[in-house]
Amino acid sequence: MELFLQQTLAGLATGTIYACIALAIVMTYQAIGHLNFAQGEMAMFSTFIAWQLIQWGTPYWIAFLATVAVSFAGGVLIERIVLRPIQHAPVLSHVAVFIGLLAILNSLAGFIWDFNVKPFPTPFGTAPLLGNGFIDAHQAGMIAITLLLLAFLYGFFRFTRVGLAMRAAAHDPVSARLVGIRVGWMTALGWGMAAAIGAIAGMMIAPIVFLEPNMMLGVLLYGFAGAVLGGLSSPVGAVIGGLIVGVVENLAGTFIPVIGGELKFTIALVIIVAVLVMKPQGLLGRPVLHRV
Amino acid sequence: MLESVPEPAVPDVLAPSLIGRNGLMLALLAVALLLPFVVQNFLIFQLTLVLVYAIAIIGLNLLTGFNGQFSLGHSAFYALGAYVAAMLMDKVDFPYPATLPVAGIACFVFGFLFGLPALRLEGVYLALATFALAVATPQILKLSPLEYWTGGVQGIVINKPDAPFGLPLTQDQWLYFFTLFVTVIMTVLAHNLVASRTGRAMMAIRDNPTAARSMGINIALYKSLTFGVSALYTGIAGALGAIVVQFVAPDSFTFLLSITLLVGLVVGGVGWIPGAFFGGAFVLFVPNFAESISKGLSGAVYGVMIILLIFVLPTGASGLVRAALQRLRAHKIQ
Repeated sequence: MELFLQQTLAGLATGTIYACIALAIVMTYQAIGHLNFAQGEMAMFSTFIAWQLIQWGTPYWIAFLATVAVSFAGGVLIERIVLRPIQHAPVLSHVAVFIGLLAILNSLAGFIWDFNVKPFPTPFGTAPLLGNGFIDAHQAGMIAITLLLLAFLYGFFRFTRVGLAMRAAAHDPVSARLVGIRVGWMTALGWGMAAAIGAIAGMMIAPIVFLEPNMMLGVLLYGFAGAVLGGLSSPVGAVIGGLIVGVVENLAGTFIPVIGGELKFTIALVIIVAVLVMKPQGLLGRPVLHRV
Repeated sequence: MLESVPEPAVPDVLAPSLIGRNGLMLALLAVALLLPFVVQNFLIFQLTLVLVYAIAIIGLNLLTGFNGQFSLGHSAFYALGAYVAAMLMDKVDFPYPATLPVAGIACFVFGFLFGLPALRLEGVYLALATFALAVATPQILKLSPLEYWTGGVQGIVINKPDAPFGLPLTQDQWLYFFTLFVTVIMTVLAHNLVASRTGRAMMAIRDNPTAARSMGINIALYKSLTFGVSALYTGIAGALGAIVVQFVAPDSFTFLLSITLLVGLVVGGVGWIPGAFFGGAFVLFVPNFAESISKGLSGAVYGVMIILLIFVLPTGASGLVRAALQRLRAHKIQ
């Protein structure tokens, strides 16, 4: 029982990272209607920027904030330069461009910072929290940061004019444009925020999986699984989905021999296919209706 | 809202008179037959791989270009084909040509079964499910209970076949001719499939599923069948690839391979079968070229090229060829 509880808590902690990536995926999906396959590599690149700043002697939290700001700007730039010109292109073009971005960021990170695995500092320390060993300080810190982020996002979308404008632009671009919202810039803003959320997730998971250019592929896959499980049209659903995926992954790894340990990605595959087949709108998403 | 793949290359321009086209094909084939006698062994090996990739890309094209379904998971089918061939040769001493049909059938069944749930997935959702399949594949291949068969992380090493009947050919030359033979058969079959009633049904589903259904086309059946046939092509390419490279290992079949095939498809032109050869040559030679520009940045150069291609030439090689033919024809009329 104690093991079960411990693994569930650890799963929740990793689940927060999947939740953040899922959230970033959903934000992009809401803004442009496509799944960003480069989301993981964007987060990885941001984490490398943070690592570099810390190597140069910047205090952790200043590096943290600077990285979030740089990532936000980077996300906006990518949207403006790469995605704006193809906004009406078919799905295949988008997928190909995302794959191109993925290759560029991955190779660039390897070129600048090489492919060796690097340790990444944690601001919370790794001592067990409250001395009972159920959860360590970094895991607790991850959960706290994610909750803060969620509260911030909720407040932003619920109570600010820009947040309202962004929701309107995602919901109905044509009407939004008619009431004077600059839909294009709202999309860019969504990209920037997705990049910033990804950066936070990257910096939180890096102390656990260690820093290297390929660190995010698995995390991205779980993020997709979480986003699909929760529903691609629902930010809250994405977070819940990410947490569930984290717990399922951890429990399967602990209690199912062989399969849980060696086939972790396959679990994500099964979750994705099962949800898409049985409940394509996810737990909290809206069903997609087509007019024929 | 119908967001489908780019329009296929217009057939009337790309299909000139029957004699002209057959003549062109024969000339190309003659060049392909003579090439291995004039170039170095290593280049022969590379050309063989171009053909292998071309078969896999034709498979992907049947699915994406002609049926409008996406796949980022074709590395899984390629891996299955390669492993089936390698295991048959390693464990039960199968002759290598006989592994191709077995690998093809195994992949057809797997593709058909994967295509069944995929029926309910459209566009970006299918891309997602197949993405997960591609990422999961290397892990499945490394699974310890299967290690006796798959060789685990180490993979399987295969012997390089000699030319049969005492033909005076080097091993590389023989493999090239063997691959070329398979490629020609597969290309002709794909061409005939697309031109048939079945092919028209596939394209009708791509262009307008609702209209296709109301005309009596069994969408579920055709979609899963196309998935199966596409996997079959890619599986045969995988088996050929295993024989040519003489080695299979889980890390040769990562998500990167799926990207490679997708890039080849986009470069060659979606919905144009001969484009696969342009695509195959591109994905084999351009990364080398990128590496020669800058060793560490090869991936970045590759990525920039993909994005530029989507921006500048979204129809790929098929668009270029079509434009060239149109200009030629305009010239003739004057």
